[in-house]
Amino acid sequence: MNKIKQLLGYIWMITAPAIICFLVYQAITKINTASEATRSNVILQWVIILLIFTPICVGFFIFGKYASEDAYAQLPSSSDELED
Amino acid sequence: MNGTKQPSNIAFVIGASSVGTLIEWYDFYIFGMLATILSKQFFPADAGTAALLSTLAIFAAGFIVRPFGALVFGRLGDLIGRKHTFLLTLIIMGGSTFAIGLVPGFKTIGWLAPILVLILRLLQGLALGGEYGGAATYVAEHAPAGQRGFWTSWIQTTATLGLFLALGIIILIRTNQGVEQFSAEWGGWRYPFWISIILVGVSVLIRMKMSESPMFTKLKAEGKTSTNPLKESFGHKANFKMVLLALFGAVMGQGVVWYTGQFYAQSFIETVCKIDFIQSRNIMLIAILMATPCFVLFGWLSDKIGRKWIMLIGMLAAVLTYRPIYQEFINITSASNRTQIVDLRLTNTITAFPIIDAKDKTKLYIKQQSDTTYLDGSVFKYFKTDTMILIAPVDGTRPLTLINPEMIKYKSPKPNVVVEKTMGRSAYWDMIWLVFIQIVYVTMVYGPIAAFLVEMFPTKIRYTSMSLPYHIGNGVFGGLVPFLGTLIVEFTKSPAHPNGDVLAGLWYPIAIAAVCFVIGVIYLQNKIDKDVMD
Repeated sequence: MNKIKQLLGYIWMITAPAIICFLVYQAITKINTASEATRSNVILQWVIILLIFTPICVGFFIFGKYASEDAYAQLPSSSDELED
Repeated sequence: MNGTKQPSNIAFVIGASSVGTLIEWYDFYIFGMLATILSKQFFPADAGTAALLSTLAIFAAGFIVRPFGALVFGRLGDLIGRKHTFLLTLIIMGGSTFAIGLVPGFKTIGWLAPILVLILRLLQGLALGGEYGGAATYVAEHAPAGQRGFWTSWIQTTATLGLFLALGIIILIRTNQGVEQFSAEWGGWRYPFWISIILVGVSVLIRMKMSESPMFTKLKAEGKTSTNPLKESFGHKANFKMVLLALFGAVMGQGVVWYTGQFYAQSFIETVCKIDFIQSRNIMLIAILMATPCFVLFGWLSDKIGRKWIMLIGMLAAVLTYRPIYQEFINITSASNRTQIVDLRLTNTITAFPIIDAKDKTKLYIKQQSDTTYLDGSVFKYFKTDTMILIAPVDGTRPLTLINPEMIKYKSPKPNVVVEKTMGRSAYWDMIWLVFIQIVYVTMVYGPIAAFLVEMFPTKIRYTSMSLPYHIGNGVFGGLVPFLGTLIVEFTKSPAHPNGDVLAGLWYPIAIAAVCFVIGVIYLQNKIDKDVMD
């Protein structure tokens, strides 16, 4: 099970920047194809989406990194283990 | 100490905490439920900048700031105590909600109106970000060992009951007023905001009588409270990895299931299925009322078999059944699946006198209504509007037959059609059951989650550590379901398919819940922490 946790960690690390790239690509495509009347609204929508999901993807990357380092092999059984 | 807590005392703790949390959810939801009216009252009617602001304010702002509220008030809660912090969030929420009801419309104060509303909405989001973690922590820290899931599940009912209260009060006011009176600048839509101050006042009085959490009091007496909760929560890998696990392995899936079942469902029923205002809200109300006891049921069950699998099974069920459920909504409300009563076609009325546009006197609207009744008791109303532009303005309305055809410069080739459906008894109950199933999923993922989060983190940084993942998962991932769902449907629209794929919006909650399910299965453990005193 720990091996699966570690391997999946690498997948999460790849997925996080892939999501950001996908969102940026979508944003550019949708903004370019938007009509003049709706362009400013489309830009705002995508700025909101990117501002929200970029830090979350960074968090997801860190989660993957921790998983790949086997940090989740043994979850803490008491609060003392949460202090390093 | 914890294990000997008297039931009557716990009942008071639960009651006092829950009432305040319920009111905060109520305050937060009435804004969303009245979004259509608010956007008309507080934003200019033309597109462009108005659309920017309304998008920002209504769909995103309140949700996006929730994690910041979690940080600000979570830190306070771990420094000065749970009681005073969630008393403060309640006052901020109540005050800002009441103040929204006092802001004059755009017609009266112009751009100041949307700016004030935006600021107040941000305050609402901040307050909610601080409230939930405090209430859940407070109750969990009072609950006897082995019953934490059961007692905290009462706090979990408050979000749904807050939604129920908001729906109920809006329907009550709306049915007692006409549409015009309700939607006027100082009309009935303001009453739910004003009512909030009374509810908050009562709740503040109750909360003032509460004592501080016994665990926090003990820590404080021993001088062991955190000096820097933010650093200890997110600066130390050992704790931060648990924050990330809570977010990606439990709360983000819970958030999308919650908002799909209770918000996206209502929006879908109303905008895609075209069910009328009152009936669509009644469907939600009845389903919510029937499913709410399941919060306590799954909270209790989580004390017996663990939290993990109840939450994950709820997510998996959502992933597998959302598309069939929403396809069934479409089938149930489709005209092609029912038999029309031709002899009883009620009306096919056309306005004898066209309506003249308020600003452009050359523009006339010809309105027509036709009702179709079906064997199962359903009635579909079609409101058709034709637009006609004359070569010269008219000074007063006159019958259509008296308008000289040579005066007509333009007539819309196709009427604008608005459909409003009232379902017959059988279809109505079918829809209630479909919403009920989704809310049962909500109760599975949401009922045990407060106990689950509380048990993940130590007392001295619990408020901060559990609030942030909760509000990113619930507020951001979940809160954006209606917005992103609608946006994804828009992407599928094309000239060949003007309506697009109306089920495409479900891919967002399905994908998030599916990833969360995989992470939860692999990384979470099903252990119940007997001792949360540490």
